[in-house]
Amino acid sequence: MANKNVHLRINPSWCKGCGICVAFCPKGVLSIVEEKVSITDEELCIRCGLCEQRCPDYAIYLEED
Amino acid sequence: MSSELITKYFREERLPHIWCPGCGHGIATRAVMEAVDRLGWEKDDVCIVSGIGCSSRAPGYLDFNTLHTTHGRALAFATGIKLAKPHLHVIVLTGDGDTSAIGGNHLIHAARRNIDITTVVYNNYIYGMTGGQYSPTTPFHDKGTTAPYGNIDQPFDICSLAQAAGATYVARSTVFHAKQLSQFVEKALQKKGFSLVEAISSCPTYYGRKNKKGSAVDMMNFLKFRAVPSSRFAALSEKEKLEHVETGEFINRTAPEYTESYQKIIDLVQERKESK
Repeated sequence: MANKNVHLRINPSWCKGCGICVAFCPKGVLSIVEEKVSITDEELCIRCGLCEQRCPDYAIYLEED
Repeated sequence: MSSELITKYFREERLPHIWCPGCGHGIATRAVMEAVDRLGWEKDDVCIVSGIGCSSRAPGYLDFNTLHTTHGRALAFATGIKLAKPHLHVIVLTGDGDTSAIGGNHLIHAARRNIDITTVVYNNYIYGMTGGQYSPTTPFHDKGTTAPYGNIDQPFDICSLAQAAGATYVARSTVFHAKQLSQFVEKALQKKGFSLVEAISSCPTYYGRKNKKGSAVDMMNFLKFRAVPSSRFAALSEKEKLEHVETGEFINRTAPEYTESYQKIIDLVQERKESK
């Protein structure tokens, strides 16, 4: 179950825009805007954490409130 | 601004790291840290050692006792550390060239001795840092800056090499399969003896570009679709085997560990000295 107290966070200054998180997000939550990752629709996010696991630059992660 | 894992185990002031966009090494390093975190080890009880190459930049970003050594010699330095301080958990982060070419002998002898060190090999099939020269794991006929017409060397299988030399835990996964990779590293870290995990990484900048493998995402898709567990790999034809990567645990056995055997000799000699 998606935990609503857990949120997606992005550190744009570390993102190198490789697009891995966008390509393998199972819900299409992410996109690349001006060479940086951006959250398109956080409502769709199931907090699976695959983006965090596969981000080579530690620029996207889940954080509890 | 970063996750708990990164804040806890990384030297954040050194980030963002030097690795290229889409390089798999960052994923592999995070997977190793996840494994350390699950084991709950104190940072002071861990020493991370590397040689030279893209992979070997990793310890510079990690907040442990770390040692960045000379090319190929990470395992030699690590052996010294383990013998001097046997209570330390010694982890070697290395690359395909560093460990199987320049440090090839150190690898086989560390495995033969079964010294309690965990080696994680970031295999990107190429020498990235120096500009894309072919390495001992570059597949036959693939290109590098030093193999513009295709590599005519047969590649090493690092896992088979470590296993044949005497390692007690050997496994392979990929940076696409980060969770599995982390689980293998966790088991390797717990093994009392020489353990090796090969992390198939991706180098979009050199290996990818030289061999027309596409973008970082294309290379991750390659790992997604071409990594095959051992059980299914065995059923592939010889031609198909060359086009796929075998993943899984190849050996997990018990054998006398080197520093323990060494301590027994010390105890024996001291006993004899005292009884004189």
